[in-house]
Amino acid sequence: MTDTAWIDAALTSARPQAVGALLRYFRNLDTAEEAFQNACLRALKSWPQNGPPRDAAAWLIMVGRNVAIDEVRRNRKQEPLPEDDVISDLDDAEEALAERLDGSHYRDDILRLLFICCHPDLPATQQIALALRIVSGLTVKQIARAFLVTEAAMEQRITRAKARVADAGVPFETPGAVERTERLSAVAAMIYLIFNEGYSAAGDTVEVRAPLCEEAIRLARLLLRLFQSEPEIMGLTALLLLQHARSAARFDAAGALVLLDDQDRSLWNQKMIAEGAALIDKAMRHRQSGPYQVQAAIAALHARAAKPEDTDWAQIDLLYGALEIMQPSPVVTLNRAVAVSKVRSAQAALDMIEPLGPRLSNYFHFFGVRGAFLMQLNRNDEARVAFDRAIALANTSAEAAHIRMHLDRLIRDSAGAESRISKK
Amino acid sequence: MLYAILCYHDEDFVGSWTREQDAAVMEKLAVVQDKLAKQGRLGPVARLLPTTSATTLRKDDPPLVLDGPYAETKEQLLGFYIIDCKNLDEAVDVARDLGAANPGGAYEIRPVGILNPGSVTG
Repeated sequence: MTDTAWIDAALTSARPQAVGALLRYFRNLDTAEEAFQNACLRALKSWPQNGPPRDAAAWLIMVGRNVAIDEVRRNRKQEPLPEDDVISDLDDAEEALAERLDGSHYRDDILRLLFICCHPDLPATQQIALALRIVSGLTVKQIARAFLVTEAAMEQRITRAKARVADAGVPFETPGAVERTERLSAVAAMIYLIFNEGYSAAGDTVEVRAPLCEEAIRLARLLLRLFQSEPEIMGLTALLLLQHARSAARFDAAGALVLLDDQDRSLWNQKMIAEGAALIDKAMRHRQSGPYQVQAAIAALHARAAKPEDTDWAQIDLLYGALEIMQPSPVVTLNRAVAVSKVRSAQAALDMIEPLGPRLSNYFHFFGVRGAFLMQLNRNDEARVAFDRAIALANTSAEAAHIRMHLDRLIRDSAGAESRISKK
Repeated sequence: MLYAILCYHDEDFVGSWTREQDAAVMEKLAVVQDKLAKQGRLGPVARLLPTTSATTLRKDDPPLVLDGPYAETKEQLLGFYIIDCKNLDEAVDVARDLGAANPGGAYEIRPVGILNPGSVTG
């Protein structure tokens, strides 16, 4: 890791807490973000010399606040104000800050930040994009990838979202119970995307982005604690836990992706699986099904299979069928096709995904899965074309390496075939 | 006399431990438990999953099933020990040992009235 990489990681992981606290202090999103940016600039100067502070977020909050207050002081010198007022303001601020830095209240700050990003004036996609940018500090490129849109389109979406939030005025007050419930689904979707950003990390990016998964799980648990009777939030939390339980088995020592079938299941985190299963169990009692619960149920079926051949693919096929109805999406159909290839045939699975081509023409997994089906059907030339396309679209070096492994095998096989032919 | 030592701690704090930190704490606690087990004083020990997985049954008429833990507190009930001690002083000593292995939070020490050791194994 380079000298600045750990700082980047620390700044990224401290961001939600720090921006959330600064927003509480300044009650203005732009000011809070600017204060955080200023604090980050100071951190880049100070931390390499002095080492990391014990609590990065607290350091950033303190410095961000002080820099902003210094600016106010400078402005007030040019335009004098009653000294008493200034002093009493600052006293209040110190007291409030001490309280804020103490204990676990920062999570409420994060939640407030999430909710503010999910302003009702914004369409859902803009809310999520904005929250990913402001709360999680993901780059526009990362967000664009999660949304399957171009970087330029996402940039525009975020700029527009910010302008609308600024126009509407950021409400500092925590939303009321009804409002909160309305915003829950947008916040939940956003947390799920945060998780996916971490989950899709690989190789050299694991260290930097894996904490996103932990952050998403923490946010989901926090959300569940605030909304204890929401089966979908239980489902979301269960889903994240069940997926994350497999993290230690998902990459080999060289950082290459290990498919579910090939994973060492003894590396799966049984405690996380137990918690996820318990949450799904709780959610089912409510008899209000939803996409997160269905996805968690699918993940639980994988988690419960001691060996890959024990996996209940028929049930998984049914659950994906239910998900296709609740939440029609080419990605869901693509996932269902994998189950179909196990329950029925590679041909049936291939037939199922062919119509998705135009909509998933920039989606790595589409070509990876398509190539695998074609390979099973011994249509090796077509498989090679699909794998080539997948490599071109790979988001991580591990994804590319995994596809290259398939390709190498195809090349080896065809070379073997040629040499057999030439011997004849 | 049997004593229950109920473990309370900030769930957010414990939940933010890395896997390594968690394992290190468990290892230290195991040392204390081994000592008690060798003396024949260690009863059942439980670590509970997070309160988000908790369900509460209010014994109203009719009984009401609620999601979440019974008490909304800053520190949550995260587990318990059953220990055989001559008196409260001894029980407090055990709690001190456990506390040295896992600082922070609080232990509630309660004499046990009836203990049915049951038949399940972890």
